[in-house]
Amino acid sequence: MTVTDDRPAAVLGTRMLRREDPALLTGEAKYTNDLALPGALSLALARSPYAHARILSVDLSAALAAPGVVAAYAGADLSSLWAAPMPCAWPVTADMKNPAHYPVAIGKAAYVGDAVAVVLATSESAARDAVELIDVQYEPLPAVVDLEDALSDRVVIHDELGTNKSYTWDLKIEDHEGAIDEAFASAAHVVKERYVQQRLLPMAMEPRAVAAVPQPFGGDITLYSSTQVPHILKIMSAITLGIPEHQVRVTTPAVGGGFGSKLNVYAEELLCLALARKHKVPVRWNEERTENAVATIHGRGQIQHMELAADAAGKITAVRVRILGDMGAYLQLVTPGIPLLGAFLYAGVYDIPLYDFSCTSVFTTLTPTDAYRGAGRPEATYAIERAVDTLARQMGIDPMELRKRNFIKKEQFPYTAMTGLVYDSGNHLAAAEKAAGLADYEGVRARQATQNVPGATTLLGIGQASYFEMCGLAPSRVLASLNYSAGGWEAATVRVLPTNKIQVVTGTAPHGQGHETSWSMIVADKLGVSPDDIDVLHSDTAIAPLGLDTYGSRSLPVGGVAIAMACDKVIDKAKKIAAHQLEANEDDLEFSGGTFTVKGSPGKTMPLAAIAFEAFTAHNLPDGLEPNLEAHVTYDPPNFSWPFGTHICTVEVDTETGQVTVLQYVAVDDCGNQVNPLIVEGQVHGGVIQGLAQALFEEAVYDDDGNLKNASLAEYLVPAASDVPGLTLGFTVTPSPTNQLGVKGIGEAGTIGAAPAVINAVVDALSSLGITNMPMPASPHTVWNAIQHAQNGASK
Amino acid sequence: MKISVTVNGTVHESDVEPRTLLVHYVRETLGLTGTNVGCDTSSCGACSLHLDGEAVKSCTVLAVQADGAQVTTIEGMATDGEMHPMQKAFMENHGLQCGYCTPGMVMAATSLLKENPNPTEAEVRLGLEGNLCRCTGYHNIVKSVLACAAGE
Ligand code: FES
Ligand code: FES
Repeated sequence: MTVTDDRPAAVLGTRMLRREDPALLTGEAKYTNDLALPGALSLALARSPYAHARILSVDLSAALAAPGVVAAYAGADLSSLWAAPMPCAWPVTADMKNPAHYPVAIGKAAYVGDAVAVVLATSESAARDAVELIDVQYEPLPAVVDLEDALSDRVVIHDELGTNKSYTWDLKIEDHEGAIDEAFASAAHVVKERYVQQRLLPMAMEPRAVAAVPQPFGGDITLYSSTQVPHILKIMSAITLGIPEHQVRVTTPAVGGGFGSKLNVYAEELLCLALARKHKVPVRWNEERTENAVATIHGRGQIQHMELAADAAGKITAVRVRILGDMGAYLQLVTPGIPLLGAFLYAGVYDIPLYDFSCTSVFTTLTPTDAYRGAGRPEATYAIERAVDTLARQMGIDPMELRKRNFIKKEQFPYTAMTGLVYDSGNHLAAAEKAAGLADYEGVRARQATQNVPGATTLLGIGQASYFEMCGLAPSRVLASLNYSAGGWEAATVRVLPTNKIQVVTGTAPHGQGHETSWSMIVADKLGVSPDDIDVLHSDTAIAPLGLDTYGSRSLPVGGVAIAMACDKVIDKAKKIAAHQLEANEDDLEFSGGTFTVKGSPGKTMPLAAIAFEAFTAHNLPDGLEPNLEAHVTYDPPNFSWPFGTHICTVEVDTETGQVTVLQYVAVDDCGNQVNPLIVEGQVHGGVIQGLAQALFEEAVYDDDGNLKNASLAEYLVPAASDVPGLTLGFTVTPSPTNQLGVKGIGEAGTIGAAPAVINAVVDALSSLGITNMPMPASPHTVWNAIQHAQNGASK
Repeated sequence: MKISVTVNGTVHESDVEPRTLLVHYVRETLGLTGTNVGCDTSSCGACSLHLDGEAVKSCTVLAVQADGAQVTTIEGMATDGEMHPMQKAFMENHGLQCGYCTPGMVMAATSLLKENPNPTEAEVRLGLEGNLCRCTGYHNIVKSVLACAAGE
């Protein structure tokens, strides 16, 4: 007997190749800069060469006389175009200081790159050439580069605020205050360390690009932008320009990476919109790379004071954290909230009863900071994982063993942390042991004992980082408690067309993550159709009007789950139609492989295809049921999602050159169930190398005058293939109990684990020389200096 | 200046400014926007294309220097609707995410294999050092190139 089963083979969890790829691989995909816009004017900006200066005068006459120039404006000329200053959506405290920030500065420039004038011309080169002719008279003022100097108010940057301090935010936990002092006073071991999270340049390979296309008579305007957040951008554009929201359409063609840097509302977007409306022609702007280095937000920028108290057995009893955060010159969209995203994670993966966190953030005369891959969470993980290694070294026990003594145990999940947050699921021991196995942890330790002998010049080190990430942003009520100005839901529509092809509309905004592939897999699995019959529509507010976009590893655990829920609603409605047509009771119907079957009567079936057509013709639907087969869901997640894992890095350090060589990098991650392991692995690969780059290569280097010394890809060391190792990945699977797919986010995990794992390995290698800390990036120069310092210290 | 360039098999006679870069010529004059621009210091390789069969960063070449030459851009890699084996290898090994570095990577990688048909992993990494990718961490790019070399 042959059994025929024409159901599509299971797709969820398979390594399906990406449907996005052919267009990207053949040059067919269009990025914003690729759009042909006949008649468009090009916009270019004059930017302050001073970190801090009063603008005495702006003479536009030579620029206006230059060939191709249509208009030029200084900041004050544009005032009437703004209904509100540029938006900051995260006033973290009621008394947070937030200077008015306009797309083109008026009166004062507050960082190198701050826009001071704008030119519109008939070509990009004409616009850029004319910018050179603008004569701006400045009165230079002292720069404020150092965070502690900023806090001292030696030089106040924004006169109207009277201080450089933007806010202090405390995570107050009742009854902890006295108890914490007590815990530190009575501790057998105390760790006190200071870490610096250097500023990083996000450097998405596609610089930003914007084009605004008006319909002067209809009043509508379309904004094309290389952004991660078309929906947020639409709302904020309407508010900032005072134009009706329903007349603004934001759409993103292909987007060449973001990493948080395109999670913003930028001056150039608002300028293109405002000037396209004013001049009644399309206006476009393309960012050059060296411009990107100063005009696009930076990441990280924190000084961390980290303290741990532990008992004699190494059980950590309390954590105390003091953060000094670098906001840069202004607050961009979520600048002040970035440290808060890490505020809950300084206890890491450990069962620690007492917690004390406080963050003070200051203005500097540097490019604003904001979200960069991980946003607050890599910083937190770095501090706790470095401090735990220090504690282990102080106690003379293996850091892996110390971690095991402190892990939150599998049986403790769901675990209510002292911060009040509930960690959904986890198994840290399993991830750590798997990573230790893949890294041959014991073997490396044994080799180390023979290799790292006195006088050795090639020292072996192994470092670990175990992390817990709070992602899947986010339950709206939790965001409310953090004073964030929006919610954290995501929207989805699933529409079965009359011919049984399916349109999925999502509010997520992919820029490399492969949502079209993954979302089609979810729907294929739910509805029993082939992924080839599913189209995924996104990133255009006219097509997908509702959404909160892509950041914070939220797309799958919020947006993907919304899609699964919309499929459930489609099935519910389809079931009513099937029951009606099959003259059966709804409860007696089973849905599997795209077909409804009456239980116990295998002959009585109705496929989704037939139901879709019935729903379309509406000739014979149950009384009161609306035609068409489509469902919409807006899903507000009940919790964050909590991916976790252990990364282990093995390095060799050449003590004569300071060169660090990564011998092996093992990442074991757990993001719950995986929709597409191929894509999960890609996210981990990219994330790990970005974290490793922070550890070893990258830093925005400023001089005392606030000039960015490495404002190009020639000087800022984004690693090349030859600079980094291949990676060994492993996974454990601990499904999230809070969503029906059992999924957690994975976009930032790699970055979160990598920096502490690498630096722990470097410090481990050098510990026999008495080195206990290592600034990032651990460049040959920095490492060599640390070795000299240690050796000189030892010889004294 | 008048130039005659064969791009993806088609001869183009154009009048260009002497300062026009080849990348702007293919993108703007010919509308072949698959070649991307990622920097202004010839550091990223996003603009890589083939000039007389060899990968070059087209932001470092003037259009007039391509006079009389054969240029292949990413748009010219597929034949008869079939992707080039290197393009297929990138797809099969998830060698791309946002895709912005990808055309340049594919052009550099095909040129690399022409010179060294059986490279080691280290040779692939070194051979691609002029091409930056921010998304993939290079792991799957290297895998793609090795798979293509192995004819997989
Ligand atoms: S555009 Fe970066 S090397 Fe040519
Ligand atoms: S795939 Fe995005 S830069 Fe390489």
